[in-house]
Amino acid sequence: MSDLEAFRAEARAWLDENAPDGVRGMKADELNGVWGGKRCEFEHPDQKVWLERMGAKGWTAPTWPAEYGGGGLSKEEAKVLSQEMKALDLPPALIGFGLTMIGPTLLRFGNEDQKQQHLPKIIRGEIRWCQGYSEPGAGSDLASLQTKAERDGDEFIINGTKVWTSYADQADWIFALVRNDNSGIKQEGITFILIDMDDPGVKVSPILLISGKSPFCETHFTDVRVPVENVIHEIGAGWTVAKALLGHERTMIADTFGSSSGGTRKPGERSFLSTLAVERVGERDGKISDPVIRDDVARMEMETKAFGLTTQRTADAAKAGHQPGPESSMFKLYGTELNKTRMELMVRILGPDALGWEGDGFDEFALDTTRDWLRSRGNSIEGGTSEVQLNVIAKRVLGLPA
Amino acid sequence: MQLILDEDQQMIAQTALDFVDEHSPVARFRELRDSGAELGYSADLYREMAGLGWTGIPFDEKVGGAGMGFAELVLIVEALGRKLAPEPFLGGVTMGGSALALGGNEALVSAWLPKVVDGSKVVAFAHQEKNSRYDAYAIATRAEATEGGYRLTGEKVQVLDAVGADAVIVPARVAGESGDRDGITLFLVESGASGLSVTRQTRVDHRNAAIVSLDGVEVTGASVLGIEGQGADLIDAVLDRAICVLTAEMLGGMSEAFDLTVEYLKTREQFGVKIGSFQGLQHRAAEVFCEIELARSCVMAAARALDAGAPDATKLVSLAKAKCSDAYLLAANEGVQIFAGVGMTDEYDIGFYLKRARAAELTFGDSAFHRNRWAELGAY
Ligand SMILES: Cc1cc2nc3c(=O)[nH]c(=O)nc-3n(C[C@H](O)[C@H](O)[C@H](O)COP(=O)(O)OP(=O)(O)OC[C@H]3O[C@@H](n4cnc5c(N)ncnc54)[C@H](O)[C@@H]3O)c2cc1C
Ligand SMILES: Cc1cc2nc3c(=O)[nH]c(=O)nc-3n(C[C@H](O)[C@H](O)[C@H](O)COP(=O)(O)OP(=O)(O)OC[C@H]3O[C@@H](n4cnc5c(N)ncnc54)[C@H](O)[C@@H]3O)c2cc1C
Repeated sequence: MSDLEAFRAEARAWLDENAPDGVRGMKADELNGVWGGKRCEFEHPDQKVWLERMGAKGWTAPTWPAEYGGGGLSKEEAKVLSQEMKALDLPPALIGFGLTMIGPTLLRFGNEDQKQQHLPKIIRGEIRWCQGYSEPGAGSDLASLQTKAERDGDEFIINGTKVWTSYADQADWIFALVRNDNSGIKQEGITFILIDMDDPGVKVSPILLISGKSPFCETHFTDVRVPVENVIHEIGAGWTVAKALLGHERTMIADTFGSSSGGTRKPGERSFLSTLAVERVGERDGKISDPVIRDDVARMEMETKAFGLTTQRTADAAKAGHQPGPESSMFKLYGTELNKTRMELMVRILGPDALGWEGDGFDEFALDTTRDWLRSRGNSIEGGTSEVQLNVIAKRVLGLPA
Repeated sequence: MQLILDEDQQMIAQTALDFVDEHSPVARFRELRDSGAELGYSADLYREMAGLGWTGIPFDEKVGGAGMGFAELVLIVEALGRKLAPEPFLGGVTMGGSALALGGNEALVSAWLPKVVDGSKVVAFAHQEKNSRYDAYAIATRAEATEGGYRLTGEKVQVLDAVGADAVIVPARVAGESGDRDGITLFLVESGASGLSVTRQTRVDHRNAAIVSLDGVEVTGASVLGIEGQGADLIDAVLDRAICVLTAEMLGGMSEAFDLTVEYLKTREQFGVKIGSFQGLQHRAAEVFCEIELARSCVMAAARALDAGAPDATKLVSLAKAKCSDAYLLAANEGVQIFAGVGMTDEYDIGFYLKRARAAELTFGDSAFHRNRWAELGAY
């Protein structure tokens, strides 16, 4: 038995032993998953047990170094772990920006103290993070941000407003971009800093989204004092960190949509989408009775497969030593556009059943789908809009003139 | 399945690109067209390509082949597609060759396949009839049993690489009606057979294609490929391989059309600036880039699945054809639009790609056809 197969057996045995019954078969996505943090509320008590056990083992962050509480697994082992979790129908014990965004950034840019202070808490789901990038005047043009950081001895005093801060109302910490210097070009003088949301100068006001869920916030900073130790990398060199983190964010967003497609189904077996269409639209001679929907379902499946093959090709190339470059913008662009199309198709498959907001006469699946459809419109905005991704591809991949 | 090239494959791809750059610029295709060359390709250059081992790539070492697979053949054909090199890799090597390799009896294989492999003979494959559209079983051509064998009567159209071919493999009906899957038998008919006539057709892409008429052509029982009456299985297998190879050619064509376009975006000036600085054009170029990247993954996956005999190979072949049909047309259409006035002229090469994109799209099923096939294979 190879080491990997031995690991597989070991992982499966551990998971089977330690996963509480209540979490089996549960979904984990932005609207359902466990985000951790001090204010965390668990839908089911077993989720808490699951998080504690997985966190203690470091398997919420399987590939992070064990010295910070991570799983210390190789990429191959982590893949095996995720396969085994799927096989047992187990959701990730923890999701969120700590794992996907600030953690990898700290691993690369943080100093030893910062890693020791934050990584173990992220892994165990003890703190929840939010992202303070966008401002009313700085969205796509992120570098024009104006939130001010003035040096006062060993502290920065921070004043300004962030918008679109997803889940700021539930976060314990925020990683933010602030401006410490206005004298150079706009990419200079930006500092990447970690701010404790418990500071009395931090005020959060929620913004309601069109989907009703997924709380956005405005985050106001009034004379918030932050120790200089909380600066990641160097003062004024935050743009480098910001871009790296955006890379993680875009990869995460793209992965969310690309990974669902890799699985092989046996030939002759109906997919989730086609089964749904047959059930909801009807069947004639073994085919979805509406030929337009049928064509759209096939198109959707094929696009998804083509996209999945392309993310796989990039991953294979990365394993062979090829460094992925700005073409990752393609995955953010394509994955999000694809997901929007998928949600629109689901809504059309459901027909009038997709018109429910809540309450009687609508089934839960349809209600979820409608909210997911509305939420999906944000996919091509958050983390950099599709137009901005197209700019990146045109300029940095194709080398077209400015 | 690994979707990257190993070292050997990288070398094959590079050699092919270098060779095509040197010996087969698009100007050569233009010359063949302008001179009205009967074959539509260069027999000499084809033999040179065969000398490099290209024509033997997917065939067994026993018949002189390289014993490699479609993962390698597609690299060659992609390079050919880049410069529109019209040598008979699709109709001859892939279709004729695969039919022999998959369905030929020992005598047929030993008589023909080594010669297909060394490039000295071309065997075409006549799958299309008038009004058959993409239905490969829409065969009206009849094979009547005679004392010594069969008598073939019917007409095949747009038979790829049939002009100048040394033999044509002809599916004909021994039973049933046009459209039936049962009752089809494949025969190898040698050129010069009495009653056989091959008439060059001029297509929009100027590739070698012909009407093959069979007026009571007599063949022996020894000329049968595959199992009598069950030729549809062999046709399916040959077509899957042909589609895969065609998508590789399309991938090369769309990549080159796109490169030409990007180059033009970087050089042409209007309003005092390079047109590539206009966002309206930048975004469209970026979209074409993404579509080509996706098409490439699909071609690689289809070729590897065929080599592995994977159960989803047919689905992946359909995926590749659908993606490549759409992506090549997109790249060519956007190319002509961005070249604008000069893109409409015969003098510029971009128009060649537009024509080839359309011809390739309408060969072996367009994207809607393949979505339907995908859905059927997915049982819905
Ligand atoms: C669901 C969701 C979650 C989010 N979460 C967070 C978060 O947690 N933290 C955070 O800081 N931010 C978050 N954001 C904000 C997000 O990063 C910004 O909305 C995004 O960067 C776009 O900025 P904007 O909304 O100001 O649009 P604008 O920049 O005002 O853009 C308006 C329009 O102009 C287009 N445009 C702008 N510049 C160009 C250009 N150069 N070329 C072509 N077109 C252009 C855009 O594509 C868009 O269509 C989130 C957004 C969404 C939708
Ligand atoms: C069939 C045909 C018939 C014609 N008949 C005549 C005729 O009778 N008389 C005559 O004088 N002319 C005629 N023309 C020429 C025609 O008017 C020009 O081709 C047209 O104006 C475009 O100019 P161009 O070809 O130089 O393209 P370019 O100006 O070089 O444009 C190249 C590409 O850049 C794009 N582009 C250019 N500027 C911008 C911008 N600011 N923003 C975004 N994109 C931009 C264009 O849309 C195009 O895609 C004809 C052309 C055709 C194709």
